[in-house]
Amino acid sequence: MNTHLIGTDVNRIDGPAKVSGAAKYAAEFFASDMLYAVVVSGAIAHGEVDSIDTAAAMKVPGAMEVFSHKNRPHMAWFNKSYLDEDAPTDGKPLRPLYDEKIHHSGQPVALCVAETFEAARAMSRLVEVSYKALTHQTDMTFAVQEAKKVEKSNRAGIEPPPKNRGNSAQAYADAPVKLAKGYLSPTEIHNPIELFATTVVVNEDETMTIYDKTQSVSNSQLLVCNALGLYKDDVRVESPFVGGAFGSALRPQYQLILATMAAKALKRSVRLTLTRDQMFTLSHRPETLQEIRLGADTDGTLLAMHNESLQATSRYENYFEVIANWSGLSYLCENATMEEKTVSMDISTPGDMRAPGAVQGVWAIETAMDELAIATGRDPVDLRLQNYAEKDQNHDKKYSSKELKACYAQGAAMFRWNERKPTPRTERRGTALVGRGMAGGVWESPQMPASAKATLAPDGTLTIASGTADIGTGTYTVMAILAGEALGLPLAKVIVKLGDSELPVAPLEGGSWTVSSVGTAVTEACKAVAEKVFKLASGLDDSPLKHASFKDVEFVNERISLRSDAAKFVTLAAALASGDGEPIAEKTKAGPNFLKQHGYKSYTHSAVFAEVEVDEDFGTVSVCRVVSAIAGGRIINHEAARSQILGGVVWGIGMALQEQAETDHQFGRIMNHNLAEYHVSVNADVHDIEVIFVKEEDNIVNPIGAKGLGEIGLVGVAAAIGNAIYNATGKRIRELPITLDKLI
Amino acid sequence: MNNFQYVRAEGLDGAARFVAGHVGAKFIGGGTNLVDLMKYNVEKPSSLVDLNRLSMRDVSELPDGGLRIGALVTNSDVAYHPTVSTRYPLLSRAILAGASAQLRNKATTGGNLLQRTRCVYFYDTATPCNKREPGTGCPAKEGINRTLAILGTSVSCIATHPSDMCVALGALGAVVQVTGPGGSRSIPFEQFHRLPGDHPEIDTTLAADEIITSVDLPRTGFAGHSAYIKVRDRQSYAFALVSVAAGLEVADGVIAKAGVALGGVAHKPWRNPQLEQELLVGRPANRDTYHEFQRALLAGAQGFGENDFKLKLAPVTVVRALEQAAHEGEQA
Ligand SMILES: Cc1cc2nc3c(=O)[nH]c(=O)nc-3n(C[C@H](O)[C@H](O)[C@H](O)COP(=O)(O)OP(=O)(O)OC[C@H]3O[C@@H](n4cnc5c(N)ncnc54)[C@H](O)[C@@H]3O)c2cc1C
Ligand code: SF4
Repeated sequence: MNTHLIGTDVNRIDGPAKVSGAAKYAAEFFASDMLYAVVVSGAIAHGEVDSIDTAAAMKVPGAMEVFSHKNRPHMAWFNKSYLDEDAPTDGKPLRPLYDEKIHHSGQPVALCVAETFEAARAMSRLVEVSYKALTHQTDMTFAVQEAKKVEKSNRAGIEPPPKNRGNSAQAYADAPVKLAKGYLSPTEIHNPIELFATTVVVNEDETMTIYDKTQSVSNSQLLVCNALGLYKDDVRVESPFVGGAFGSALRPQYQLILATMAAKALKRSVRLTLTRDQMFTLSHRPETLQEIRLGADTDGTLLAMHNESLQATSRYENYFEVIANWSGLSYLCENATMEEKTVSMDISTPGDMRAPGAVQGVWAIETAMDELAIATGRDPVDLRLQNYAEKDQNHDKKYSSKELKACYAQGAAMFRWNERKPTPRTERRGTALVGRGMAGGVWESPQMPASAKATLAPDGTLTIASGTADIGTGTYTVMAILAGEALGLPLAKVIVKLGDSELPVAPLEGGSWTVSSVGTAVTEACKAVAEKVFKLASGLDDSPLKHASFKDVEFVNERISLRSDAAKFVTLAAALASGDGEPIAEKTKAGPNFLKQHGYKSYTHSAVFAEVEVDEDFGTVSVCRVVSAIAGGRIINHEAARSQILGGVVWGIGMALQEQAETDHQFGRIMNHNLAEYHVSVNADVHDIEVIFVKEEDNIVNPIGAKGLGEIGLVGVAAAIGNAIYNATGKRIRELPITLDKLI
Repeated sequence: MNNFQYVRAEGLDGAARFVAGHVGAKFIGGGTNLVDLMKYNVEKPSSLVDLNRLSMRDVSELPDGGLRIGALVTNSDVAYHPTVSTRYPLLSRAILAGASAQLRNKATTGGNLLQRTRCVYFYDTATPCNKREPGTGCPAKEGINRTLAILGTSVSCIATHPSDMCVALGALGAVVQVTGPGGSRSIPFEQFHRLPGDHPEIDTTLAADEIITSVDLPRTGFAGHSAYIKVRDRQSYAFALVSVAAGLEVADGVIAKAGVALGGVAHKPWRNPQLEQELLVGRPANRDTYHEFQRALLAGAQGFGENDFKLKLAPVTVVRALEQAAHEGEQA
């Protein structure tokens, strides 16, 4: 037995439940009297519902009700009642079925409720809706004139651009080498395989248990209580398993309010699952256009940087993500200007999607850096080393750690970067041109306040509880590893409970801060338990630990032993047997240590290397090899960490080559709203991927030294692939995705 | 999905008569296209007549040396059938380039012929579409048409037929056997699918109450020299942007026989046997020949914006497929 599992490969502890179907997702909970609901989605992008005729729908056998703005039950009137924890604070969140106004195509206009799913779906086909359409705009190129500058933050941690550094206009004008290009990235849709769903179980005492697909049970609870006038004590939200979310469930989606509203009105349990096409009407990664200007010396030393970034948002919320800032962060440059603008259109509000903002921002700057390398005749890695920043340039703060140089070096070695031919179109395999490219990646690693509870039963089993979610990333397992490490327990003796609003409150599950934040809380709760156990152990008659203090002992293999002499120990069982027979429970709230972190910023970094084959006639691209070298602090579960990076790289291949919501601007509607036409990478598109975790010690970022790896794996991949395509073909594509039509 | 009646066909005649007598009744094979369309509220059949119990599941030799593929044989079973993969490798390759393994296990030969276009407007009832609702218009012409046709289009529709299998069947010169209340008939493959013209709502020359019973392949199937090239947006599970099925018989460097069909470019597999005779047969199997043929075959092609790239892509795909077919079996 070994209870030191940190850094090793640990299978998911929830794996057996997942593959056997025992793990239940939001749409799989059941109540005996349950009703089924189906949403009717609007057909126009802007205007009003003129009339709704529900007569035919209500004739369907089993029909219960058609809710619309005309007959909906009471909903809160104040805007603030709809602000969830992740909502832009200055917006007016969409209120489903609140009134006749239509803000985007696919907005819910009616909810059909019936005794069976089939009946509810049949009803949804028979609801006749007519509209008064107003003109709409969904095309960013035409809406540009209305762009608004981002001046202030309206969501926690999402910053407007920093003040200008130096005089970038002058420095650019004087620079011997100049580069000025626009980079366009499309709307992307999250598309987790699990559809958004809510099952509301109405209990006998009329309280509700709501199973919701969410990245935060407390956020769902807050929103639904405020919007529908429910008491927190009467509403328990559970979300034990989430079948992928990628940020789309940070903000509760509208089915939560609708299902709960129907359950409350009809006093019956209700299940509501969205369809795949409705999944294309929710949040998404916003379309962006970045105008980048780089000025450099002839040897590639950066003299001036500009990024004027434009991103699409809705008309009802001025959502924005941090895009331009990534340009000025990572390279040494005294003159930099970053500007962020939003353009409001008749679309649904975008939302955080895996590495929001960085994915687009880093893609653009890392492509531009490749162009600068070409323009100055420098090797792309050397150019980056030449401009390497030892300080966060935007905040002028030290990094808590930054082993990016090791990423470049180890990644380049494994990839055999030295085999790259600098001149495009020099290497061929059959009908394909071969190319190699690289890019850097960066994502922040913050710590948020979080709470957790650890309860050690007299029989030595430990229960860890926190309200955070496991969206498939392996949170259950990571928490079990950390708890086992703190108390010297094997995984089999650790039970982890997550995703329940009755458990200690945790932050939204996102931003790569869960291991850092909840992990720290779990570790501290376990430490508090350990101290009590130690007291029992040292209080035993003849205890070999009698004269030791807590810091002299360690908890390993179900023993409390002296660090100086492992032969001197008390077993956990013996210690617990001497207690009062009650479980030892400790709840902690952990937050960032401001004193320690003062003056520092924390980020994960990566270096991504890609090799592509591009068929000259067809323009088809095959990404034959990717090496991703990651500096992500201490790795807790190597297996899950590697999986996160592999998944990120696969997504990056899709981002580079395939992903794109196609909007018909005449109708203001996304048209490829299914997984046959909205392309992501399939197995055949994915070839060799190697992941390296470079050694990175960091005792500032948080007490456990782990940085979180949910997003970094994706950042930089698209740029590396685009740069490799340039190296293969000599064609620079500045508009994602790089589909074959752009290469022939 | 709406309520519908489910009927299990016990015999060909009864099934055909049922559909003839019931407005809105439809046959169902594997259901991989029809059920999707029902979920999207595009197809609203009053009844579904399930053909799956009928005995059209065999692959059998015909007296003239050809091969008969029953209408219910699944796409997977056709592709992996030893006779098909040795004598008609072109067909196996085309089928395996389509859809996914799961879909191919379910999809039937008859259903594959009758699958409908993947034009995004056709699938979305919130938008107009002449094919779905005649007379409402064709937004694809000025809208999303990346996957749509460049040949044989009409003012009312620019949709493509999405099948891979049919492109190979076109090149092979298959014959579709059908039966209905009015009796049985044989439809040469080129006459099976039609161009949109003024009636894009009609995809084929098959009557609503006729059942496809088999697809018959001719005696020879370009076993020595064939190629199926499918150019698409990802390496699997995507419809063709342009695909080419090419079969050749070559003797002493000269083309003796040819069959070439394109997918992803028109409302039907695009083939012109007369041009094959004039510009391929009797000519040396080389690039010049292929180019001249390609120019004639694709003459008059027209793009609609997003799909303009097909004007460049189609010619190179034809040439590559012919080269690959001609060189099949040679050491690289
Ligand atoms: C996501 C996805 C991706 C796909 N990708 C591809 C691809 O890349 N390439 C490709 O070629 N195909 C692709 N397909 C399409 C697939 O090949 C077809 O759906 C399938 O071949 C249809 O066969 P089926 O038996 O399921 O037809 P069904 O859905 O049962 O029927 C289709 C039509 O044929 C009629 N019909 C069925 N059998 C008969 C008969 N014997 N006589 C008369 N009428 C009949 C039905 O009434 C119906 O109108 C894809 C499908 C999906 C869903
Ligand atoms: S191309 Fe055909 S199928 Fe597509 S919208 Fe036009 S009419 Fe409909």
